[in-house]
Amino acid sequence: MELVAPAGTPASLRAALAAGADTVYLGFRDETNARNFPGLNFSPAELEEGLRLAHREGRKVYVAVNTFPRAGDEAPWRRAVDKAASLGADAVILSDVGLLDYASRRHPELRLHLSVQAAASHLDAIRFYAEAFGVRRVVLPRVLTVEEIAALNRQVKVETEVFAFGGMCPMAEGRCSLSSYVTGHSPNINGVCSPASHVRYETRGDALVSLLGGSVINRFLPGEAAGYPTLCKGRFLASGEAGYLFEEPVSLNAAQILSQLKKAGVAALKIEGRQRGRAYVAEVVAAYRRLIDAVLSDGQAPRETVAQLDRLAEGQSETTGAYGRKWR
Amino acid sequence: MTAALSLGPVFFHWPPQCWRDFYFRLAEEAPIDAVYLGEVVCAKRIPFTAPEIEAVLSRLKRGGKRVFLSSLALIGNEREAALMRDLCAEVEATIEANDVGLLDLVAGRPHVLGPFLNIYNESTLSYFAAKGAVGACLPAELPGRSLARLAATAPIPLEVHAFGRLPLAISARCFHARAQRLHKDGCQFVCGRDQNGLVVNTLEGEPFLAVNGLQTLSYTCLNLLGEVKRLEAAGISGFRLLPLAVDMVAVARLFREVLDGVSGAEEASSRLEDLVPGIPFANGFLYGAAGRSRQSALPLELE
Repeated sequence: MELVAPAGTPASLRAALAAGADTVYLGFRDETNARNFPGLNFSPAELEEGLRLAHREGRKVYVAVNTFPRAGDEAPWRRAVDKAASLGADAVILSDVGLLDYASRRHPELRLHLSVQAAASHLDAIRFYAEAFGVRRVVLPRVLTVEEIAALNRQVKVETEVFAFGGMCPMAEGRCSLSSYVTGHSPNINGVCSPASHVRYETRGDALVSLLGGSVINRFLPGEAAGYPTLCKGRFLASGEAGYLFEEPVSLNAAQILSQLKKAGVAALKIEGRQRGRAYVAEVVAAYRRLIDAVLSDGQAPRETVAQLDRLAEGQSETTGAYGRKWR
Repeated sequence: MTAALSLGPVFFHWPPQCWRDFYFRLAEEAPIDAVYLGEVVCAKRIPFTAPEIEAVLSRLKRGGKRVFLSSLALIGNEREAALMRDLCAEVEATIEANDVGLLDLVAGRPHVLGPFLNIYNESTLSYFAAKGAVGACLPAELPGRSLARLAATAPIPLEVHAFGRLPLAISARCFHARAQRLHKDGCQFVCGRDQNGLVVNTLEGEPFLAVNGLQTLSYTCLNLLGEVKRLEAAGISGFRLLPLAVDMVAVARLFREVLDGVSGAEEASSRLEDLVPGIPFANGFLYGAAGRSRQSALPLELE
């Protein structure tokens, strides 16, 4: 199984390669990718240098151009694909049908991956993208169980890549307008979700509240670790009860089910977190390198590595998410 | 020709008889041109309305409505994919595809592109249109500027949402069940308890969202009475009303009156308020603002 690591900066890219990533994925410094955060991402020159470093060691770099081009202004997205192709990126990760069509016609030699943002969750959808645009790999949406992934892999001809570690959306990706409903800024259009520009923390009596777009997303009592107010990870009142209605502030961690994912025929494991610092990237990638190597040699996952990942998990708690049926 | 009015699919898990009677009344009384019918949210609900669908279909057709069968918004497993293949095998029906996986199944015969397909730009729209689509309902979060750009070159008629609780997200997890500490597999169909969705409040009691099974909806109610004429002038040819458990016949009449120039938008809007008591209006997406906001200050950009 290929280990695909995130890089929000050239420093993270170098750290990921040093830690044993087979592949690094990244985006350009603009709204053409789904992690369009201030101070993040790559200029074309930085991508060129990253490609040189990766290719020197026989590793790969994938470029995510995975937001949806704006009506009347599709050129920036096409330029991003052109640039990635001309610099020799090993694949581009796309989600928009129009852009996939453009890329497949303009750059027939360029390897196309389908972004998780396209939420291709079943055979007919995957077949559509494979046949229409020659997509070679699909990043599966985080809504499928391991059994469903195994069933899919028995039927599809393309490779599948799944998320193994990091932040996770409880919603089908690319079909969520919660952030734009509350802040006006959308993952699909702007490449951001619950943007920091709309976040505030306030003290209310003893409690610290986190707000997004002026609405309370969570409240923390003294001694409670205060998290970032990602909309779907907040505490809300429904039927008179307070709780994490959509999802707890948990990190996905597939460490315990790697051998199942391997058996399910998954080609690549992806670490989420292009917005994370290089120390985090280095640590998670190194841990997953050890896990994958152990699983590939049919050994046990080293216990200290699993414990290390536990510590790195957001909010100190983890989930195997939709990979287990009970999550639903 | 003035713009068409359509009725979107009922997102909620209403009792089958209510569901049937809702359509029976609409078929006869509402000034609606087209009706989108079918379960969009959760495959587990399909058996409930299935016995009524033939009667509803024929009543709607007798009432002069064009009828489209809408697909699920999220197809999560092989069983659901098979259900959708069966749906597309209905050769008499015109399908509204809400997932790209259906497009090959309906290629070569008339079908509609649903709002859950991500059509954000001209290239995607023309790609889909070339496969035989006869219309498209655009995603709810598109700003007016994008709608106008798409309308300017659209090869097929375009529809936008104009009324109702907007679909914001879909998941494999059932939030309705989760709110009752249940799982999807043993959900007891608790989503049936909330005919307009379960309101989700912030910890400070501010109404925030509404959940409907696997789906998350806006708490606010979209109201584009003030904008439909301008959108029509910009080339949008249909407006979709999303059913709520309110007097949808009266809602449809208000929209028809405004489109026909019989009523003014402001006056109609205040009458609409009486029909949807307690749910505030919003129109923010159209202005490129927070979807839940109600804009009067921002200019509506349609160029």
